[in-house]
Amino acid sequence: MNAIPEAGPKSEVVLAARNVAKSYGSVHALKGVNFDIHRGQVTTLFGENGAGKSTLMKILSGVVKPTSGDIILDGESVVFASSSQARDRGISIIHQELSLAPNMNVRDNIFMGREIMTSTGVDFAEEERQTRLLMEELEEDIDPLTPVEDLRLGQQQIVEIARALSVNSRILIMDEPTSALSASEVEVLFKVIRDLTSRGVSIVYISHHLEEALQITHHAVVLRDGTMTAYAERKDIDLEWIVRHMVGDNFDLGSPPTGYDMGPVSLAIEGLTVPDPGGAGYSVVDGMSLSVRAGEIVCIYGLMGAGRTELLETVAGRLKATAGKVVLKGRDVTGQTIAQCIRDGLVLVPEDRQRDGLVQTMTVGRNLSLASLGAFTRGLFTSTSREAGLIDSAIRKVHIKTDGGAAPIGSLSGGNQQKVVIGKMLATDPDVILLDEPSRGIDIGAKAEVFKLLAERARQGLAVVYTTSEVGECLSIAHRIIVMRRGRISAEFGPDVTKEQIMAASGEAVHAH
Amino acid sequence: MSVTPAIQTKAAASGGKRKKSLIELLFEGRAFFALIAIIVVFSLMSPNYFTVSNFLIMASHVAIFGLLAIGMLLVILNGGIDLSVGSTLGLAGVVAGFLMQGVTLPQLGIILYPSVWVVVVLTCLLGAVVGAVNGVLIAYLRVPAFVATLGVLYVARGIALLMTNGLTYNNLGGRPELGNTGFDWLGFNRLAGVPIGVLVLFVFAIACHILLARTAFGRWLYSSGGNERAAELSGVPVKRVKITVYVLSGICAAVAGLVLSSQLTSAGPTAGTTYELTAIAAVVIGGAALTGGRGTVIGTMLGAFVIGFLSDGLVIIGVSAYWQTVFTGAVIVTAVLLNSVKYGRR
Repeated sequence: MNAIPEAGPKSEVVLAARNVAKSYGSVHALKGVNFDIHRGQVTTLFGENGAGKSTLMKILSGVVKPTSGDIILDGESVVFASSSQARDRGISIIHQELSLAPNMNVRDNIFMGREIMTSTGVDFAEEERQTRLLMEELEEDIDPLTPVEDLRLGQQQIVEIARALSVNSRILIMDEPTSALSASEVEVLFKVIRDLTSRGVSIVYISHHLEEALQITHHAVVLRDGTMTAYAERKDIDLEWIVRHMVGDNFDLGSPPTGYDMGPVSLAIEGLTVPDPGGAGYSVVDGMSLSVRAGEIVCIYGLMGAGRTELLETVAGRLKATAGKVVLKGRDVTGQTIAQCIRDGLVLVPEDRQRDGLVQTMTVGRNLSLASLGAFTRGLFTSTSREAGLIDSAIRKVHIKTDGGAAPIGSLSGGNQQKVVIGKMLATDPDVILLDEPSRGIDIGAKAEVFKLLAERARQGLAVVYTTSEVGECLSIAHRIIVMRRGRISAEFGPDVTKEQIMAASGEAVHAH
Repeated sequence: MSVTPAIQTKAAASGGKRKKSLIELLFEGRAFFALIAIIVVFSLMSPNYFTVSNFLIMASHVAIFGLLAIGMLLVILNGGIDLSVGSTLGLAGVVAGFLMQGVTLPQLGIILYPSVWVVVVLTCLLGAVVGAVNGVLIAYLRVPAFVATLGVLYVARGIALLMTNGLTYNNLGGRPELGNTGFDWLGFNRLAGVPIGVLVLFVFAIACHILLARTAFGRWLYSSGGNERAAELSGVPVKRVKITVYVLSGICAAVAGLVLSSQLTSAGPTAGTTYELTAIAAVVIGGAALTGGRGTVIGTMLGAFVIGFLSDGLVIIGVSAYWQTVFTGAVIVTAVLLNSVKYGRR
């Protein structure tokens, strides 16, 4: 490990959040957070998915407005009406998904929206000169006229940083800047960050790669469930400290259901291989094998990009595998359509409920009955009374808090919307249910309810497979914990494993290149 | 530490606003009230407007683009658009005219005169084929609906012009000795005083309403228009649904073509030009969302009658044809404005 960065003696606070809270409807993303950014230093924000990191960064950079609380810039309270206002005050954010126009060249991207104008039009020569200067400063050999789409991801990141610097940013917020970078590109980025801090630029850094972040940061702040749980300077902490505060003492998400015999193997995945949907030439799922028995609950843990979503989508019939088999109750179902899989009792609850789970234009009831239309269609026509019965029983079984099936889907809270997606698939009476991050974006109470529900159904013989990127959720109802890394199983544990063991197997704590 | 109370309050809060206020009610029925307003205003301005015979004449005008609008509604519910319906209407009329003139088979040295019902079936098949071309282009070859149907608009119109060399088939009456009379039945006959074309419109509207409200296909259509990815993951055959709506739209256009050429007892290759826009307007005035997933047959029918009764009323009170265009345009923009108020509130 490199030398521990020292927080300088005169660490002056340039930007601070005081008691900042943000709610989306009934979901409290942030519950009164205090946060300091020191001049010329790196502050890293640690936290699991949904802890509120991104929300806090969006508030600091003016993208969203806080429900309550103050932002204090240079000692005075400020309100940003937009992100461009924040940028004018020297605060820039580099989002996880880069916001460059790939079809345009580096120069045009850097000056996008604030072109240098002369009386005859855009002064391309001046823009190019300034771009060259910026690239020299960052010690990157990128020609200002290269189209951004021809650059490697790491270089695109540098262009983003150059753009932020070109508006004289004093505070630079980086959301997961290394997630797409190779080891050497990370080194370059860290060198850039050190240069920037030595010039007095303050950096806010967010990363899931804990050890990597520890190399660069001066201060560590840990968020959990919308509250700041810990703050310390780099010299006082280690990896174990971060993990402890990130995961916390667990809210009880249940324990593996016991006291019954598991049935025969319901789902067997054999050597499944799935190519990258983007056509990058590697396999996102690389010869995975896994079998799940009736009544068993299996948790798949892995970082973003580990191949969890692709694995589940392939098993459920959405993506096509290039090799391997999916066997459902002894019958080969490889390559079946989604509709056939649902009919045979294999269902998927997708990760992104807004994009893939719900039809926002329909009511709660019609969303619930969508996957089991056949159950209440007689001849040509649907039976209204049978459908109403099915909807009522679904609402009761998964405990959806709604004023009836006719309510619009948007009137429900996130947790209840998630229960609608789960209830829709459970209404088809499946043998195997795959859930991709069933707890994403729902609060802890709803999480516990979802897990309790799944445990109940497992007791009745349902085979359950769920993925998560939160370690705490592995240690709940799962009988078995599979850790996935780069399309393969990197470890398999029983329910008595520790969080540190899981994180180590996922490559999270020890980030190897 | 529990969050359950928060969820309960949320449910209770949303329960409080289930009752509709008067304003909301007026807003929901805006196409209906617009139609009432149009009828009242024109009845005051012209004594000839509020008569049964006038309503029947106006209704038979509405029948043409009402049929197109039903097909268009299905396509728009799916989140698509079908610009080819006007041309399909024209092509269907021309093909029907061509068949009525007799089909010469030179190899056999005979001329076939298909009877009227055969002509009707073949014409509907033609509409289905045009729709299937649209559907396959859009669902499987991933051509954007706007572009695919724009292309078919030109192709269908071109074929109609080629078939007739730009001329019009005038004699669609058939001859008794050939056994192919009766084509004018669609356009001229009445059942219980109501023109057949209007009855056809109502039969199609009712059938379409049942299709949407009471069949699994209707649910597939609403869900795949509202969120195609979610529908697909729920086992909805989204591609099949997509092709089906374009096929149905093509059939509706072919039927409209038959009714129109029967009303005119002639089939011209330029019939139905720009009717696709009127059909879209009717669907939009009827409250459907162009993004898909929202809309009803009743709304679309009201929309079609609003446009038809408005333009015929303007003719009756003697407003110039140029002003009619301006008024129709204003009504369409107002309708879309209200739609965006409704759907954009969230």
